[in-house]
Amino acid sequence: MKILKALMVTTAVSLALMAGTAHAENKKIALVVKALGIGFFEAANKGAQEAAKELGDVEIIYTGPTSTTAEGQIEVINSLVAQKVDAIAISANDKDALVPALKKAMDRGIKVISWDSGVAPEGRLMHLNPSSNPLIGNMIIKLAADYLPDGGDVAVLSASATATNQNTWIEEMKKVQGNYKGINVVATVYGDDLADKSYRETQGLIQSYPNLKAIIAPTSVGIVAAAQAVEDAGKVGQINVTGLGLPSEMAGHVKAGSSKSFAIWNPIDLGYSATMIAYDLIGGAEAKPSAELKMGRMGTVKLDDNNEGAMADPFVYDAKNVEEFAKIF
Amino acid sequence: MAEAHLSPRAIPDRLQSRGNRLLKSWESLLLVVAVLVFTINSFASPYFLDPWNLSDATFNFTEKAMIAFAMALVIIAGEIDLSVASIIALSSTAMGLAVSFGFDTPMLVVVGLGTGVLCGAINGLLITGLGLPSIVVTIGTMSLFRGLSFIILGDKAFTGYPASFAYFGQGYVWWVFSFELVLFAVFAVIYSVLLHKTNFGRAVYAIGNNQTAALFSGVRVGRVKFILFLLTGLMAGIASICLTSRLGSTRPSIALGVELEVVTMVVLGGVSILGGSGTVPGVVLAAFIMGMVTFGFGLLNVPGIVMSIFVGVLLISVIALPILWARARRRVAH
Repeated sequence: MKILKALMVTTAVSLALMAGTAHAENKKIALVVKALGIGFFEAANKGAQEAAKELGDVEIIYTGPTSTTAEGQIEVINSLVAQKVDAIAISANDKDALVPALKKAMDRGIKVISWDSGVAPEGRLMHLNPSSNPLIGNMIIKLAADYLPDGGDVAVLSASATATNQNTWIEEMKKVQGNYKGINVVATVYGDDLADKSYRETQGLIQSYPNLKAIIAPTSVGIVAAAQAVEDAGKVGQINVTGLGLPSEMAGHVKAGSSKSFAIWNPIDLGYSATMIAYDLIGGAEAKPSAELKMGRMGTVKLDDNNEGAMADPFVYDAKNVEEFAKIF
Repeated sequence: MAEAHLSPRAIPDRLQSRGNRLLKSWESLLLVVAVLVFTINSFASPYFLDPWNLSDATFNFTEKAMIAFAMALVIIAGEIDLSVASIIALSSTAMGLAVSFGFDTPMLVVVGLGTGVLCGAINGLLITGLGLPSIVVTIGTMSLFRGLSFIILGDKAFTGYPASFAYFGQGYVWWVFSFELVLFAVFAVIYSVLLHKTNFGRAVYAIGNNQTAALFSGVRVGRVKFILFLLTGLMAGIASICLTSRLGSTRPSIALGVELEVVTMVVLGGVSILGGSGTVPGVVLAAFIMGMVTFGFGLLNVPGIVMSIFVGVLLISVIALPILWARARRRVAH
């Protein structure tokens, strides 16, 4: 009986506390992630909190299952529907399995968007991609050109010859190549996203093109292997390795000087933008093709025919910020 | 005077009166916990006592609990079936294949149930036919069945289930009572009767308490065990139909790790992991408690890992408490 009484008292007290902090007109936006305890998503939450602070009348519910399962996310969605949140922004574990649960959420007036990892169109109002193919294509060549004011020979180390993502990015890169004067793409080689093959292909490039100034690797496996090969060949300072990579894997190579900068999406910006978009939708904005939704400091996002939009250019990491982000992902 | 001594005296046929035993039973303790969980939840969150919310919350446990009923019988008989989650995956994959061949809902149900029963039969044959330990066999088939799903599906998914198929996991029989919840209730009754009111049920207890004695008493041990594994297969097939319908799609990772949640439910329900004792109502209560605690934590946005810790502590105490209790009583008696 004593225990029961104690429980009653504590629940009553916590209830009173909750009533005190929760503002009646606060909008509840749930940031649902693939699983809790992943650095990338913790960083997205940081961004969401930043957006909430900026907006003032928003409460962020950062949640997700303990393992990356669709069933776990459905349980989370059900409890969010029960709490009558205003919006759900989700990075999905399964693009199809979540549709029935999210449809139900939308039926009850909740604004549902997906970000990072998308949901099938019938299960969400819009999807926020971290970037787009043209933006990535432009960024990877810009990164090389930034350190080559007088131009020079550049080679591409890709994943496999059939990799859809990489091929699209390289194609987009070649479209804008004319904007970067003097940059000459001399070769494209394929490391198949294997560390050892990427390493050998890089060695081949170094030997075949003595005037090589930069290597662009739009793959997180390739960029690390290329940087290692450049260091081992003693070419630091002569050849700059750049492209798309993860801060935690690249921090050492940036420090060693083989890579001056590289790019990848910024999870903080992603969480921030998803929150801002959800807020815009709660406020009455409509998600339809060619609509523009507000993302605060990140500008606006324009939706395509599938109600998908791209957030921004990939975020650039260099000696100034790579250490900080290496702790995150 | 002498006659009084000779007059027939009622000889008790049980050591404790029915009422007394009920009061001290594990089930009544679970009932108290269930009421407590319900009360605390209603105080802790203003959203808890909403019929529709509670109805949504039942989906947390109905599918797992249906398997837990059959699993309870298996564990009481001293065996275990760890392949149930993989049977869900293979069943779901088979239904997805059937959809891609253009079959409609009735045929999908047949395929789903059929695959479940077939998997159960494979387990049963290996265990009773070859006399292999069930834990080893079902760990093997756990990898085998899910492996087959992965081979068939790879990184793809089956979608495009017919609209009528959605009823099993998303439909409502009446008001807030979902099809799954009604099915759960029906199976709770069926398994209670099967275990507690039939010869088959007595045989299950007999095997769990002393297999050799059961064999010499004329219980057809092999046949009973085979039927038990058929039942877990069948229930996994039924759960697979419900889950696939609820998700509207199939991926080979479907229901990953569910077997442990099912076993947890059974043990929490008071079924001895060593076999020989336990009841179906206990499992029903355990299912409710786990579902309500999960939902309550969800409403308060408590991270899921806290739930895992809670279940872990609960499980250890469930196993430890009776042992400690017995020890304490022995000390008092001495």
